[in-house]
Amino acid sequence: MRNRFLIATTTACAVAGLVLAMTGVAAQTPAYRAPRTPDGKPNLNGIWQTMNTANWNIEAHSAAPSPVRDLGATGAVPGGAGIVEGGEIPYLPAARKKQQENYANRLKLDPEVNCYLPGVPRSMYLPYPFQIIQSAKHIMMVHEYAGAVRTIYMSEQTEAPADSWMGWSNGRWEGETLVVDTKGFNDLSWFDRAGNFHSEALHVVERFTPRSAETLTYEATIEDPKVFSKPWKISMPLYKHVERNAQLMEFRCVEFVEDLLYGHLRKQPSK
Amino acid sequence: MRHRILVSLRGMAVALVVALVATITVTGQTQAPAAKVAPAKAAPATKPYTVPRTLDGQPDLQGFWTSATYVPLERPNGVTKEIYTPDEAEAAIKRAAEREAEQTEPGTTADVHYDFTQFGLDRSQSTFSRNLRTSLIVDPPDGKMPPLNAEGQKRAQERAAARKAAGGQYDAVENMPIGSRCIIMGGSGPPLMSAGYNSNYQIVQSPGYVMILTEMIHDVRVIPLDGRPAPPSGVRQWMGVSRGRWEGDTLIVETTNFNGKNAFRGSSENLKVTERFTRTADDVLQYRFTIEDPSTWSRSWTAEAPLAKTDGPIFEFACHESNYGIANILAGARADEKKAAEKKGSN
Repeated sequence: MRNRFLIATTTACAVAGLVLAMTGVAAQTPAYRAPRTPDGKPNLNGIWQTMNTANWNIEAHSAAPSPVRDLGATGAVPGGAGIVEGGEIPYLPAARKKQQENYANRLKLDPEVNCYLPGVPRSMYLPYPFQIIQSAKHIMMVHEYAGAVRTIYMSEQTEAPADSWMGWSNGRWEGETLVVDTKGFNDLSWFDRAGNFHSEALHVVERFTPRSAETLTYEATIEDPKVFSKPWKISMPLYKHVERNAQLMEFRCVEFVEDLLYGHLRKQPSK
Repeated sequence: MRHRILVSLRGMAVALVVALVATITVTGQTQAPAAKVAPAKAAPATKPYTVPRTLDGQPDLQGFWTSATYVPLERPNGVTKEIYTPDEAEAAIKRAAEREAEQTEPGTTADVHYDFTQFGLDRSQSTFSRNLRTSLIVDPPDGKMPPLNAEGQKRAQERAAARKAAGGQYDAVENMPIGSRCIIMGGSGPPLMSAGYNSNYQIVQSPGYVMILTEMIHDVRVIPLDGRPAPPSGVRQWMGVSRGRWEGDTLIVETTNFNGKNAFRGSSENLKVTERFTRTADDVLQYRFTIEDPSTWSRSWTAEAPLAKTDGPIFEFACHESNYGIANILAGARADEKKAAEKKGSN
């Protein structure tokens, strides 16, 4: 099931990449008015997923071989036009060098390889679905990958009590758009498998705008003066899972990485 | 440490009696044993509680709740009554809280890890659910789990044999408890059970769904209410697959499709958990669960473990990401082996 789905996604990604390359992501389309929740807000409830190659690399990239030889074409990287406005991330010079080192050592360093929490915005374009559960006070983003979860506080908002992987999110409505302001990150998550990274000074402002019954426009402004020379933006559509009985499955990946992380500490058979 | 607990307990005692009496009236409304409890005479006949509604008309269960309790799942040996008097319940809580504090008595092994009372990880320093019952189990009436049937006993023996064959607990990560490995914690459920600490939950409802977030390892159940069937039996998950529906003011959640790797008191992958959530007061969510597993027990059994309202918010519990403990434990075991081998070699 999952394999078939991933293959379908990968194929769709290639097509989507092409379309994006030609048209760019649709700008906001304020003409669309979404159905309302009982409290009169745009209804974002549903299971959503991107159809692009951002998780491999948010910058424009060509197809590339798998970093693990034995995975052959199944582990290869599909090419993509990228989701960064202007094409390139405005890294400070030293930071670009660090990204390149990250990329070179990605099998060891990529938090996704180790089943660590994905951070924001990476959680939004992982090749796994996520579900929005929207109430007036709290909007939950529940991710299939690693069971990651984010609470967006729509009321009783506070500053982040401490740093965390998924940050501390406060939200508000601006007309048709949900605006989410997230700070309080640690410096451990990445943006993608290409080693794009940030520091604990990361500040992400996301905008979720319904653009049709089954698509949202997702935009995020990313600010981190320790790593980037200026704020930059990403944008992409999010697609709703419309299949009957769509539901998040468990992807409890800790178990899948234990031998990778702790295998060297296994008791050796006595000689 | 010790005296801090006692002080806080003393402060609590007065409030406790009042709270216990209040709880009794609440549980008394819905549960059969109410008649036996009637002597809790302070309780005047109260109007039935009107459950608040969400804007789309569902009973509103939202907020932050805790399953922390000092009431044991099974009735302690030697206790014959089903319901304690408030004084007896208070004494039982005091004894349990003292035992909890003692586990980190200075100089003990547990104290090396961390001091429960210093960091407020013991139950008595935060909200816990008060209940006059002598056991969470209400059926069978003796308050004990039914005995394992032949298949359940056989599986228990096979599991024990498999553990033994796998070697020592510190030989490899797979031999260690799944909680220490940050795979899943006991309180994640279903059923929701009082864990050692942080037994906190957040419930959020949207039309057609109820979401339950468990603080420990950020485990989430998104429960659809649209009457869809459970997936085919080939889908097996640690927390199973949950389906919900409303019956009056009660949310009923049935969970099947377990993978059997997180056995609940010896259960198999044929476990079925039926949970019933009923808000009986602004700060009480009555919670009752029934366990059925014909591969383990010859009869079903039921427990009642009210959840108490607690303060939010819930902070991220990044367990696996910071699991230095497991690497250090394994590395320590390897270092011990090396030292022992060197000693043997030098002799």
